[in-house]
Amino acid sequence: MASMLMNPIRSCSVSSSWAVRFGARSLSTTAQLQSQVQTKSKKTLARPGVKNIVLVEGVRTPFLLSGTTYADLMPHDLARAALQGLLKRTGIPKDAVDYIIYGTVVQEVKTSNVAREAALGAGFSDKIPAHTVTMACISSNQAMTSSVGLIAAGQCDAVVAGGVEFMSDVPIRHSRKMRKTMLSLNKAKTLGQRLSLIGSIRLAHLSPELPAVAEFSTAETMGHSADRLAAAFGVSRVEQDEFALRSHTLAKKAQDEGLLQDVISFKVPGRDIVSKDNGIRPSSMDQMAKLKPAFVKPHGTVTAANSSFLTDGASAVLVMSEEKALAMGYKPKAYLRDFVYVSQDPKDQLLLGPTYATPKVLERAGLSMSDIDVFEFHEAFAGQIMANLKAMDSDWFAQTYMGRKSKVGTPAMEKFNLWGGSLSLGHPFGATGCRLATAVANRLKKEGGQYGLIAACAAGGQGHAMVIEAYPQ
Amino acid sequence: SASARGSSKISAYTKKYYCNLSHSLIAVFSFLAHKHISFEYKDDVAVIRFNDPASKVNKQSLQLHEFADVLGDIWLYRSSKSVVLVSGKPGCFLCWSRYMLQSCTTSEEVASLCEEAQKLFRRIEQSRVPIVAAIHGSCLSRGLELATACHYRIATKSKETVLGTPEVMLGLLPGAGGTQRLPKMVGLLGAFDMLLSGKNITADEAKKMGLVDQLVDPLGPGLKSPEERTMEYLEEVAVGVANDLANKKIPLTREKKLWDAVTGLGPVRKIIYSTVTKRVQKQTKNLYPAPFQIIECVKTGIEHGSNAGYLAEAQSFGKLVMTSESKALIGLHNGRLLCKKNRFGPPEKEVKKLAILGAGLMGAGIAQVSVDKGLTSILKDTTEDAISKGYEKVYKSFDTKVKKKAMISFERDAIMSNLSIQTDYSGFESADMVIEAVFEDLNIKHKVLKEVEAVTPPHCIFATNTSALPVRDIAAASKRPEKVIGIHYFSPVDKMQLVEIVTTDKTSKDTLAAAVSVALKQGKIVVTVKDGPGFYTTRCMGCLLMESLRLLQEGVTATKSDFLATSFGFNVGPFAVTDEVGVDIGLHISEMLCKAFGSRYKGGSLEIVKTMLEKGLKGCKSGKGFFLYGKTKSVNPEVEEILKNHQVTAPSAISSEYDMQYRLLSRCINESLMCLQEGIIQSPLEGDIGAVFGYGFPPMHGGPFRFVDTFGAERLVSLMKRFEDVYGNQFTPCQLLLDHTKDPSKRFYQSSPSLLQY
Repeated sequence: MASMLMNPIRSCSVSSSWAVRFGARSLSTTAQLQSQVQTKSKKTLARPGVKNIVLVEGVRTPFLLSGTTYADLMPHDLARAALQGLLKRTGIPKDAVDYIIYGTVVQEVKTSNVAREAALGAGFSDKIPAHTVTMACISSNQAMTSSVGLIAAGQCDAVVAGGVEFMSDVPIRHSRKMRKTMLSLNKAKTLGQRLSLIGSIRLAHLSPELPAVAEFSTAETMGHSADRLAAAFGVSRVEQDEFALRSHTLAKKAQDEGLLQDVISFKVPGRDIVSKDNGIRPSSMDQMAKLKPAFVKPHGTVTAANSSFLTDGASAVLVMSEEKALAMGYKPKAYLRDFVYVSQDPKDQLLLGPTYATPKVLERAGLSMSDIDVFEFHEAFAGQIMANLKAMDSDWFAQTYMGRKSKVGTPAMEKFNLWGGSLSLGHPFGATGCRLATAVANRLKKEGGQYGLIAACAAGGQGHAMVIEAYPQ
Repeated sequence: SASARGSSKISAYTKKYYCNLSHSLIAVFSFLAHKHISFEYKDDVAVIRFNDPASKVNKQSLQLHEFADVLGDIWLYRSSKSVVLVSGKPGCFLCWSRYMLQSCTTSEEVASLCEEAQKLFRRIEQSRVPIVAAIHGSCLSRGLELATACHYRIATKSKETVLGTPEVMLGLLPGAGGTQRLPKMVGLLGAFDMLLSGKNITADEAKKMGLVDQLVDPLGPGLKSPEERTMEYLEEVAVGVANDLANKKIPLTREKKLWDAVTGLGPVRKIIYSTVTKRVQKQTKNLYPAPFQIIECVKTGIEHGSNAGYLAEAQSFGKLVMTSESKALIGLHNGRLLCKKNRFGPPEKEVKKLAILGAGLMGAGIAQVSVDKGLTSILKDTTEDAISKGYEKVYKSFDTKVKKKAMISFERDAIMSNLSIQTDYSGFESADMVIEAVFEDLNIKHKVLKEVEAVTPPHCIFATNTSALPVRDIAAASKRPEKVIGIHYFSPVDKMQLVEIVTTDKTSKDTLAAAVSVALKQGKIVVTVKDGPGFYTTRCMGCLLMESLRLLQEGVTATKSDFLATSFGFNVGPFAVTDEVGVDIGLHISEMLCKAFGSRYKGGSLEIVKTMLEKGLKGCKSGKGFFLYGKTKSVNPEVEEILKNHQVTAPSAISSEYDMQYRLLSRCINESLMCLQEGIIQSPLEGDIGAVFGYGFPPMHGGPFRFVDTFGAERLVSLMKRFEDVYGNQFTPCQLLLDHTKDPSKRFYQSSPSLLQY
């Protein structure tokens, strides 16, 4: 905290824009920009009358397997770490932010508006309002697009969006009957009433309610649905294991090469400094083939090795209007352009969000699949990604279920999730969206592309996609 | 083809052994191309697909022979290490259809057909090559028997997948080893439960019972239609399992459940046999032979060995096929299927939005069977209290399903979102059909009809739910009589399968088509009748009550006269029915019918019922009617008291139990025939369906018309003449019945029913 406070506070009184441009310094300070690839000359997606909104910077805590180093924290601690990391990285004055939005899925009841608790703890001015959103695995996407909305509407100029998920501790409740008895006990006036209430407790009332990653509407767990989805698209176990292995291998490579610049170091109280994701474990096909199916038994294909794992982690991005960013002397990383949300049948099409969202957002931006230089798709399950790829490659699916004349087309794999994905880096539900956006921004810069696309599926049969454009170098 | 493979490997012994088999069973058919099954190898697994190109369901008769042919080849040439049986048709594994019974005239012929199937299934059971049944869709009767003969069963969890042995409902038993194999598979109690109830078992239940070994989830949209891909997936999983069975990765022996082991103990078995027999006696009143035969076959198989069991099964099947009970039940089954088809074509405008007036038991019941079929429904009544109760009733019916895990809460909520409760007429301007279930009073009906017509669009149909008021009288107040129709629901609406749809001379064809399509959508069996007092079922039921009242006056207790009816096969006696419907409603209807039909409809004195009402004996709803409804049902002494003033001496010549029974029966049969004669009903078939499903005519007699065919018109008329001598025109046989007497060859049904559809 102290070190954060001592960061030099930038003067904001720059008046002319050319001066800003000259004075702008890259916030991606360190040496990662070894080789600046020349940006291809593509048109900008800027539209008259539409405000340019930029992603200035994005950070995240290391994503850890739940129950590891973060085990004794609380969700807002993680969110706070991400916020502090963002403050440190950007050096933005603590009162220069207009609003803070956080996404989360499994809520700690004590900090249900985790955005506010984290913001207070991160040292932001207590005059900055904060709210929490939830939209399953696209919660932080929603936090980002809400920020975009606030800025586009002219209500804010600088918003911090983020997401946090903490699976090391989830609320486990008493049974409904027990809760009812306990609440009645509070209201009981006489000893007799209390005793009779206590007497009404049965052994069965003591069994707790555990949260499950299951759809409320269908009672089906997501892994089970993913297995059925993979089967529906004829995705084999080998294909899934291969994709999972690819994800881990690419993540390892990116980690080793220092490409995961969005990761900040986090000194966990009472524990060591954490500075690396710990779920990246490239295995071998043979090893993976040994695992038994985790959901559909005994003939299923989704296993622990080809699914994303329960993860603790938080992310944060600074979103600003371009004018404001420039006025404050920032060199933004990327423009946040068109985005869409889609939703479909939560039973049989639970995880097909990317298939539906991708063509919609591309059409909106006037782009085609081949225009996109960088893809970052959320990898909930290898089977889910493969199913989406097959769905996008199928004329029949496009015609039958999407009302399109022909198939969507698939992203080129040499542009797809090149720095690993949720399968390997981890998937803290509420935090993944910001990781995807930041990864696209960083990859565009590194690879010299102009357009990036993020897409994700989410519980409830929902999905999201957003086009991100590189900020001119 | 199979014969190309490994023919050289075959040893002399197996050749001889299997050639004998193929000669005895399949030689005749082996020269035929396989029309009804297809066959391919997937590595070491032979996949056999049943697929009848000509029919919606897979019929077993021809397939079995081709199947035996293919299996024979596999056994003979050892061309595969395992076999998968799967249907090439979505929604049906293998169903029983026609048993080729039409060509059989003796029970011996039928029994020998059974033995042939038994033999094949026993070969399958003993096959050294493991056989896996992959089940998607209905797997009933012979389909289930085939599946149980296999070594491993995989079923989809689809809602369409049901397993069961419904033969008992047709007065038969599973004749290809079902009574022998099931006890070994699901235990003695489980087997009796399946065989005696004939109920459909879902895949999940089947897995729990041990009837199915593995479940496969149905798939959603993918690269093919969900249905097609699910079938493929099932086959893929089955092929995997077949490989594992052949490689001994999956053992063929099953762990026996402790419970099944206990029920398999000698003394325990004896207790089970006697308990089950007693229960069946109580439930069937010894009127149905099939359940007893089933118990006997199971018992023989267990106590005296399989060979004796199989023999008993085949012979019992042969006997049962020839019984009048079975013919009657099969006739009903076929009739029911016909009455579930729309014979009037689609209406010009599909009914999508219903409005129901009256949120009482009837109205709420109608809403309940509508909202879950996607019909948006308004439930309107005059008070908040009434609509709240109505809503609660509908909600509860679905919530019970949620608690039983037959539905998820989300489905319940989505269904309930189709229901809107209100006390005003808002939204009626977009209603396609209004069904009124208000009190049975012509003035009230006229009032609501006018109110409704003032707010509904011109195309809106007004359906009146009345059990006795003539629809034309109700329609008299209408501006659009062509849009007025009667739909007579029975209470409780969700349980009673029948509706009578009543047309007047003015009702348009399109209105009829729309009403029929709505009733069918609601899952009902539809009988169409012409307008007239009491329509069809109420009219026939009414004379049963009138005659029962007379018995009461002649000193027969209410319990006894109800017993006379139930021991003949009625589900409930006339007095119990009246108490249930309400004594006031019973009186109302009886008075109206007596007025309409005059002296010939009379029987006992309605004064008794009037006095009962004065004393507040309204039936179940007031806790007392003809019976007292406390912890147990007993005769109401207050009624006995009233009867003292109405006693009549019983005529000794026609007061034997037999005569009393036929006095009850002949009147309602005569009335049924009269309805056909007058054109109230259109066909004997609809008459039989209406009688059985509407007023509980004994199913094993197949309905009044089939009863006349079986019992003999002449015999019935001679009985009635004796009753006529004493009571006069109430027992005068109608012209149609007399016509049948004059020409003994005349029949309501020309041929005895066969299992044409299933």
